[in-house]
Amino acid sequence: MNYRFDWAIVTSGKYFEWLVSGLYVTIKLSVVSIALSFLVGLVIAMMRMSHVRPVRWFAHGYLEFFRNTPLLVQIFFWYFGSYKVLPQSVNDWMVRQDFEFAAAVIALTIYTSAFIAEDIRSGVRSIPKEQMEAARSSGFSYVRSMQYIILPQAVRLTIPPLINQFLNLMKNSSLAMTIGVAELMYQARQVESYTFRGFEAFTAATVVYLAMSFTITGLMTLYDRVVLQPIKGR
Amino acid sequence: MIGGLDFSVVRENLPYFFLGRYPRGPLGGVALTLYLAVVSLVLSFFGGLILGLLSVSRNRLVKWGSTAVIQTIRGMPLLMVIFWMFFLLPAMLGGGMTADWTIITALTLFTSSYMSEIVRAGILGIPKGQMEAALSTGLSHGQAMIHIILPQALRNMIPSFVNQFVSMIKDTSLAFIVGVSELTHVATQMNNRTMLYPTEIFLFIAVIYFIMCFAFTELSRLLERRLAWRKSI
Repeated sequence: MNYRFDWAIVTSGKYFEWLVSGLYVTIKLSVVSIALSFLVGLVIAMMRMSHVRPVRWFAHGYLEFFRNTPLLVQIFFWYFGSYKVLPQSVNDWMVRQDFEFAAAVIALTIYTSAFIAEDIRSGVRSIPKEQMEAARSSGFSYVRSMQYIILPQAVRLTIPPLINQFLNLMKNSSLAMTIGVAELMYQARQVESYTFRGFEAFTAATVVYLAMSFTITGLMTLYDRVVLQPIKGR
Repeated sequence: MIGGLDFSVVRENLPYFFLGRYPRGPLGGVALTLYLAVVSLVLSFFGGLILGLLSVSRNRLVKWGSTAVIQTIRGMPLLMVIFWMFFLLPAMLGGGMTADWTIITALTLFTSSYMSEIVRAGILGIPKGQMEAALSTGLSHGQAMIHIILPQALRNMIPSFVNQFVSMIKDTSLAFIVGVSELTHVATQMNNRTMLYPTEIFLFIAVIYFIMCFAFTELSRLLERRLAWRKSI
């Protein structure tokens, strides 16, 4: 092979700046979506454990439907097809935003929240039933016992799966390139088509993705060692 | 018409969604989605088995090497793996690989690394006494692995494998990006051609994917219950 590598292309100058801006969008997309997914996931998990049947069924349907549909199809639905099912005011609001970014955030949030809701539910279920009974008998309402007694304990156990979901979300956010969100993968493709230096561009993007993945995995190990092990050991 | 939606575009093109241009052209749509998923899953099973066995090897170099490969692939988005395959395979093989097989290679590589973790966990989940007993009856380490440990471990892994198949069906949708005419690609084509019915088209294929994936999710739950029941007796 007589291919000459030219790493300078991706380590300095215009194309380097493209990749950095792509990394910035990837991080922004992931952080905004994980925060929203956590909130939505928490609500869905609570609904899933509700005593009111229709509420429980709705949450169950939500979980099963969004977990068993490809993220890419969901992204296309929100990007191309949501205008017919959303109220006019929401459509107007979305158009005024960065529409591609908003559609990607909605799709990623809904997809990830369905997984997070199950993680939270299994966290809550791992808290012994007596905790709830003790809280109720000391006069807390159902919601307040959840809020002050069960959830604080459950969330601590749910953090490792949540970090794992953040890792998946960060990797899944690369699909946003299909609707034109200029995140890392999109920029790597741009660099490739402008310079025909695909090997260098993809290597740079791969290294950045791996660095992020290993950092997140490292955080998970650290959390386990510093927070969870001492609790379990006691 | 349901709530202002007009599904006639879906009804009129039903064969196209399910079979693509077959029989007058290549197979596509749902049929191609299932074909890609099944072929990649079968290959990933063997890939995962090999990588998983290597990652529990007693040879440190083999163990670390295979773990490094597994962790690297798991750290990348699937899309990145697909782009690498489309970029590297022609360079390495001098072309001649169809898009279908390139996507199958990418899916296999990606899923094998996830499968290997399932295999590893399955092998490590078998009590140590099993291996010790097998070795003390005179079997070699390799024989003990093949005849004693793996048969037990694989049975416990069946639900996880079925779950992986669900992920695989969802992952095949990424083949759209490189122009393989599976279900998602067929839908975007239909959307580009008709322009007016994106909601109906994407809602329809979401439901098709859901039916396929949900069926296998339920199967995996059923298998899990049956295994738990078998273990309890």
